[in-house]
Amino acid sequence: MTMAKQPILEIRNLHVSVNHTPILRGIDLVIHHGEVHAIMGPNGSGKSTLCYVLAGREGYTITEGQVLYDGKNLLAMSPEERAQAGLFLAFQYPVEIPGVGNMYFLRTALNAIRKHRGLEPIDAMDFLQLVREKAKLVGIDERLLKRSVNEGFSGGEKKRNEVLQMAILEPTLAILDETDSGLDIDALRIVADGVNALRNDQHAVLAITHYQRLLEYLVPDYVHVLIGGQIVCSGGPELAAELERRGYAELGSQVTAVVQ
Amino acid sequence: MPTSTAKIEEIVSREYQHGFYTPIEEETVPAGLNEDIVRLISAKKNEPQWLTEWRLKAYRHWLTMREPTWQNVRYQPIDYDAIHYYSAPKMKKQPKSLDEVDPELLRTYEKLGIPLREQELLAGVAVDAVFDSVSVATTFKEKLAEHGVIFCSFSEAVQNYPELVRRYLGTVVPYSDNFFAALNSAVFSDGSFCFVPKGVRCPMELSTYFRINAAKTGQFERTLIVAEEGAYVSYLEGCTAPMRDENQLHAAVVELIALEGAEIKYSTVQNWYPGDKEGRGGIYNFVTKRGICLGRRSKISWTQVETGSAITWKYPSVILRGDESVGEFYSVALTNHYQQADTGTKMIHLGRGTRSTILSKAISAGHGQNSYRGLVKVMRGAERARNYTQCDSLLIGDRCGAHTFPYMEVRNSSAIVEHEATTSKISEEQLFYCQSRGISLEDAVSMIVSGFCRQVFQELPMEFAVEAHKLMGVSLEGAIG
Repeated sequence: MTMAKQPILEIRNLHVSVNHTPILRGIDLVIHHGEVHAIMGPNGSGKSTLCYVLAGREGYTITEGQVLYDGKNLLAMSPEERAQAGLFLAFQYPVEIPGVGNMYFLRTALNAIRKHRGLEPIDAMDFLQLVREKAKLVGIDERLLKRSVNEGFSGGEKKRNEVLQMAILEPTLAILDETDSGLDIDALRIVADGVNALRNDQHAVLAITHYQRLLEYLVPDYVHVLIGGQIVCSGGPELAAELERRGYAELGSQVTAVVQ
Repeated sequence: MPTSTAKIEEIVSREYQHGFYTPIEEETVPAGLNEDIVRLISAKKNEPQWLTEWRLKAYRHWLTMREPTWQNVRYQPIDYDAIHYYSAPKMKKQPKSLDEVDPELLRTYEKLGIPLREQELLAGVAVDAVFDSVSVATTFKEKLAEHGVIFCSFSEAVQNYPELVRRYLGTVVPYSDNFFAALNSAVFSDGSFCFVPKGVRCPMELSTYFRINAAKTGQFERTLIVAEEGAYVSYLEGCTAPMRDENQLHAAVVELIALEGAEIKYSTVQNWYPGDKEGRGGIYNFVTKRGICLGRRSKISWTQVETGSAITWKYPSVILRGDESVGEFYSVALTNHYQQADTGTKMIHLGRGTRSTILSKAISAGHGQNSYRGLVKVMRGAERARNYTQCDSLLIGDRCGAHTFPYMEVRNSSAIVEHEATTSKISEEQLFYCQSRGISLEDAVSMIVSGFCRQVFQELPMEFAVEAHKLMGVSLEGAIG
């Protein structure tokens, strides 16, 4: 049976300001279930702003446009409602929460999401098994699970912990905010494997990255280039390679010329 | 103000849950204080002559003292003549068993989650229930007696073990110690007494549950715990009171005595009525708590979770007299709305090789003010004494305050004294991180606060740790915004 699938995410003409300074200036993006999109762009192009706006962080003013998640107005939802509806943001700089056990945190999160889906809280033994299995998958040391959330973790460990959370929460739309930055090649491969494991026709991924490196392991269906708060061009995976060769500056000036 | 701050504050201001009043006939002495009232209280309790004299000496000394003003809290002057110094539920005679206790009283404790019938109790905890000025019931007395452990109300101890009471009463906190200790010594009404003989490890947790019910009364209880050579006891106290617009005074004295090799673990979960959102009403919790490690290698450990009271003003202390004795103080103090707390400890090192640890966690929300005040004193003879102090403060919102007043007096050059302090705010980043994982703002705050308090909660007996976690959640309601 074929029918027109409803997109999981639909961003229409999104304009966002921070302290009256426009950061995003008219973003249009449609993501369907099963697709992997990558957004590439130089520093200051608005990549992280886009992530935070989608996840519902305070301090961003939507001046124009709308965002639909599964057909619903995403911008009207609280951050926890978005998470419960299956949206996940892997943070560029995950936060430390002293004294709160990593396992406890994960279980609380999972149960909050299960509750929203009308499921019972997960049984303690089942949870333990699930965590062990996923920890193995993302190559995270079990000792880290016993520590406080991200406390004293290395940069790479924090990123893996984000991927572990993602693997356990199984989001419908996973947004990765430069999850590849600061990772060595092995860690990068593990992160990509974690994301790839999630890849099927139910899930979608939006990977934000500065470099093309991640995209060698995590082959996207679509690549978008974000410069100055606008998507200046879109294409297939080959666009990432081209960007790597020519750099953002050249592409940026070319596009600006075209727009003008 | 960002919306998350507003929401945090809302979460920290939920209603007090133990604020009900029990309509029960009580016998109350006239308001005000004079020698006749002191004698009357003593007579009501059928006390021996020496104790009546001791009370009177305390009263006369109190008259010469002035209320202290050095603390970092503010309150309207207390009218000591407006207070009723004794109030007790009317009972025909001292109940011999729970069947003779007024069912209304039993219901009160049930409502507070403290069933007094032994079969309903947590198997491992014996309870002494103190209602206003008197103890209404003590559970598991017989079972404890099999081990030689005495656990009863203070009044019963005076009747049944007068020599023990006389030997130890006032030896750690003399009646002349301070203004409120003197007042307590004059008019104290009841409290708990515990004696653990040589070599006995008390087979269960002992606890006292204090309830203030009557209006315009003060509660002045007295607790005395003695652990003989090599004995061990873990003791807990809990406190609640009805909601009222006026302030009520609670001035207790607790004395702990640990002989050679003995260990006393004393835990408090204090949840007196804190007053309303505008700071009206609430309990003045002005308490003197002190223990002495008399013998070698003895140990006294205080753990307190202070979430209630309009004002909390107390410094559970340890005098480390025996060589190699150990003193510990673990504290969580939470102030919300207009609550104030000035709390900490004193560790007095006298013996050689004595060690003390202080871990204080202060949480301020709303207009709450929280001060840590601590004294570490190492006397000349305390060779190789060691202290480690850590004071952490957590601020929620931007109208509260955290203050630290550490004092150190070191008179022995071989001593090592360390102090660390931090102040932090619950960050918007931490909250957003939790929320973006599907956790509600409310749960996120209580999770972060519990995490902050974890090291202290770990020191609580299991049953209380669960209680304390819940209490933090409730006390913080309305703090987030």
